[in-house]
Amino acid sequence: MKKTADCVIIGGGVVGCATAYYLAKRGMTDCVVLEADYLSSGATGRCGGGIRQQWSTTENTQLAIESVKVFGGLEEELGADIEFLQGGYLVLAYTDEDVEQFRKNVALEQALGLDVETLTPHEINERVVPELNTDGVLLGTYCPSDASANPFLTTQAYADAARRLGVEIDLFTPARRIVTENGRVTGVETDGGFISTPRILNAAGSHSAPLAATAGVELPITPYRREILVTEPLERFFHPMIISFSFGIYFRQTKHGAVLGGFADPDEPSGFNETSSLEFLRVMCGKLTHLMPVLRSVKVVRQWAGLYDMTPDALPILGPVDGVQNFFQASGFSGHGFMIAPKVAMLLAQLITGSRPDLDIERLGLRRFAEGVVTRDKSVV
Amino acid sequence: MKDDVIICRCEDVTYGEIVRAIEAGLETTEEIKRILRCGMGPCQGRTCSGLIARIIAEKTGNNLAEIELPKTRPPARPVEIGILAKRDHEEDS
Repeated sequence: MKKTADCVIIGGGVVGCATAYYLAKRGMTDCVVLEADYLSSGATGRCGGGIRQQWSTTENTQLAIESVKVFGGLEEELGADIEFLQGGYLVLAYTDEDVEQFRKNVALEQALGLDVETLTPHEINERVVPELNTDGVLLGTYCPSDASANPFLTTQAYADAARRLGVEIDLFTPARRIVTENGRVTGVETDGGFISTPRILNAAGSHSAPLAATAGVELPITPYRREILVTEPLERFFHPMIISFSFGIYFRQTKHGAVLGGFADPDEPSGFNETSSLEFLRVMCGKLTHLMPVLRSVKVVRQWAGLYDMTPDALPILGPVDGVQNFFQASGFSGHGFMIAPKVAMLLAQLITGSRPDLDIERLGLRRFAEGVVTRDKSVV
Repeated sequence: MKDDVIICRCEDVTYGEIVRAIEAGLETTEEIKRILRCGMGPCQGRTCSGLIARIIAEKTGNNLAEIELPKTRPPARPVEIGILAKRDHEEDS
């Protein structure tokens, strides 16, 4: 393991590996990625793989729109299959509150250039998913350029490309402490020894808050368990990710053919619990048979859980922090880190190498919580 | 062993693919599962996990007894969605 580096990235998820790649591409090749387990063993590898551009805040919408552009060229750029598919996202409204919010979202998204439209239940069945049970659905918003990809393959592709440019990736090497001196980062203590570095990126998901605390940085990030299941593969018969915030569900059919989906239990207590529950399996299967009766005879092969690293406004905490120089933040993604990772990683690489980011992300800095200006994104599932 | 021998029957993963993954640096059963899908099919790795551990031992020189098998995930066997589905009239458990 290296003893010194220009930058140490803590966390071998998609954000850590992508930022390492873009840093190396910008010339900062003397980087180390520290991963406590194997690549994408945390939130990245446990997520649904959806890439959604439909959000209620400008920040998320812009980051997602820009990320879809990057995802589109990523297989060619990184030279690897990441199972990128533009099957769209269909968001279902069940309540008057949903309808009112979705009208605002669509106006915001269209103003930012997104190809999103509002569909009646009849249009949903006619044009997008004939098999969907639209009972009780008031309307849907549909964005055909929304997408999905395989999180494992994406992270591996970024990591392999970063390695080819000279980045060192240390697996099974937990970071224990971020060391500072006179308000500046000086190194990271790991289970594999000390690495001297003038700058770090904290991309450790739900573990980023306890880690930041070792340097005296307080992050308002709370972990919540989220569960998910996957079925046996079927011939692909529907294309969009189908989600609803009020009904509580998201599911899609992967390129491989499996149906994959989950929902967030609003009563889930915070904590680092990553076990699977029978209750989730039963409720989720109930939701699936209601929305997609043809799935009744399809078999569930596996379920697992992961952690959402939630912030008070469901927006990530990005960029420098007050109090510790060259401590950069990339966590608190609140369940949608994978989908905005490419653009976020590019912007962080620009910041870390001392350039001005080509999209202003100052609003997403840690400072916003001290200032008390928090507009929550309402489109979190 | 020949490169085209199938090791994971559910996902059609061959010996050659597994050896190339190990040579590319994926030295645990968890990593190989996530990249190649072996162990993600209906049998959940019952057939292939032990074989993959042996290939890892053979190629890396690590002790077979120390190579961990992938974490097992429920359900133990594939179950139909319609059988699992919680009905509206059921009480919360």
